[in-house]
Amino acid sequence: MSETTISEARRRPVWLRLLAGLALLRESRVGMIGAGIVVFWVAVAVLAPWISPYPPNATLVPFALPGAAAPDGGVFWLGTDHIGRDILSRVIWGSRTVLIYAPLATGCAYVVGIVLGLVAGYHRGWVDEVLSRFSDLVLSFPVLVLYILIIATYGSSGLNIVLAVTFASAPAVMRIVRGLVLDIRDRDYIAAAQMRGERTSYILFVEILPNVRGPLIVDACLRLGYVIITIGVLGFLGLGLPPPDPDWGGMINETRSMTMAFPHMALFPCLAISSLVLGLNLLADGIREVLLNA
Amino acid sequence: MSRFIVKRLLFLLATMLVVSVLLFALLEISPGSVATKVLGPYSSQEQRDLWLAAHGYFDPIWLRYGRWLGHMLQGDFGESIRFKVPVAQVLWPRLANTAVLGGLVLAIMVPLALGMGMLAGMREGSRLDRGISLVSIVTTSVPEFASSVFLAALFVFWLDWLPGTSTMAEGWHWNELVLPVGVLVLYDFGYVARITRASMVEVMLRPYIRTAVLKGLPYRRVIVRHALRNALIAPFTVIMLQINWLLSGVIVVEFFFAYKGFGSLLLEASLNQDLFLIEACTMVSVAVAVGTQTLADIGYVYLNPRIRFS
Repeated sequence: MSETTISEARRRPVWLRLLAGLALLRESRVGMIGAGIVVFWVAVAVLAPWISPYPPNATLVPFALPGAAAPDGGVFWLGTDHIGRDILSRVIWGSRTVLIYAPLATGCAYVVGIVLGLVAGYHRGWVDEVLSRFSDLVLSFPVLVLYILIIATYGSSGLNIVLAVTFASAPAVMRIVRGLVLDIRDRDYIAAAQMRGERTSYILFVEILPNVRGPLIVDACLRLGYVIITIGVLGFLGLGLPPPDPDWGGMINETRSMTMAFPHMALFPCLAISSLVLGLNLLADGIREVLLNA
Repeated sequence: MSRFIVKRLLFLLATMLVVSVLLFALLEISPGSVATKVLGPYSSQEQRDLWLAAHGYFDPIWLRYGRWLGHMLQGDFGESIRFKVPVAQVLWPRLANTAVLGGLVLAIMVPLALGMGMLAGMREGSRLDRGISLVSIVTTSVPEFASSVFLAALFVFWLDWLPGTSTMAEGWHWNELVLPVGVLVLYDFGYVARITRASMVEVMLRPYIRTAVLKGLPYRRVIVRHALRNALIAPFTVIMLQINWLLSGVIVVEFFFAYKGFGSLLLEASLNQDLFLIEACTMVSVAVAVGTQTLADIGYVYLNPRIRFS
């Protein structure tokens, strides 16, 4: 790449560069399918107040099967649960819960993990040693045991879920970032920045971070999927967000004992969460494919 | 080699020790909350103080930690608050049940995943490769609780082939194990298959495989004698690490199918704030996780001649 193209690429606004990146994804069919599923759920979450047929917590007719007629002349497309709440509306509103908490938790884990990873990889020495040993320790726990321990001790709330996910995932992010930084810390352009007398924070965030973003974006997609599963599992085990607001994992927990008689109650939230995670995994696969070919 | 093993084992011990300190700090640091959990929220302050004094909770903290660790090392985990019997009496039978479940899962999942990964990686980009990759990406995207619901709806509600719970209330029924094992295999095999595939693809591109093919060896022999040996090193490590994930899956599956195993015990203990049971379960699960990781590290070095002889 010549001088001019670099500076031209720099000058284009961020959203244009983002759009150009998305256009690259068109080369991967799998990636496009994944992006489609994710965009679908984001749209559902944004449009929830307009597209959900009933209020998510309104108790209407209990035990209605999918397609049953509602008393007000409408239809319960996905049926209702044991206390008469419309499942379609709850699945729609539940997408908001998932799409707020999962990216928030993943984002926090990333901020902490990236900062620690940059510092550990760039400075080496005892800082690296301490941080690496600590992350080994956290990662040696079976993940779910760690979550259960934290949530059961400190109580379940949205904030505690975010904190628990951050605590459990940041070390993994840190390990990845650290490995990537070790790979490029001795490159010439880093040495040049050091010679110019740039501040450490400038070297870390302006020189190093943009050059490790590729693998991190792929990992972020996969990790977001894991976090969605985690939040679902916690809800499913009864350790999730407090009722009554709709949350896919919680919906499954409330109706799981009725699976043998009314499978539709747990089936649809399960389908919702599986499709969202599948979308993210396909998207990650597509991005990886594009990055490898680029 | 032996120095490496000793180093890994020392690291294992150090990890367990640090975990025990963290656990002690998390659950036992304040005697007041311990007494409340043991005696219940309606006990009086006097009762709590007497109990604490009787159990040495007013001693200095390092003495308490030493005694606590000593008891644990002897397998004396204290008494379960909910079951009213020594923790060990509840823990070991449950752990044995889970070992049966986990053993079955590994026995089915490992050959299946290695076989599929191998078939996919043998000819990269073939229709079989893409098919297997797609199946494995779909099955790993469906969380265990969701596949539990799907399989239960299909085989219990619609087809009525299998029992919906696995309590083993009337002795051992193997058909009660089908669904829990199926769910765990489904979720776990995809990842191992993908790693095996990637490793196989990489090996197939090496010059020595080309040499073997060009000197006229039958393709089957090239795969079995030459490619597999090198291709199976990475999956071995992943399978051992998978046990860590399996522990999480076991909690979900045992909870859903009401299987009386270690996972459901850990969950019950946490939900009921059954203090000493939580401590024991956590220590056991971390020991299993760190133990298998250590085995994976040692096995990796042992299997890889380039490291073994250097």
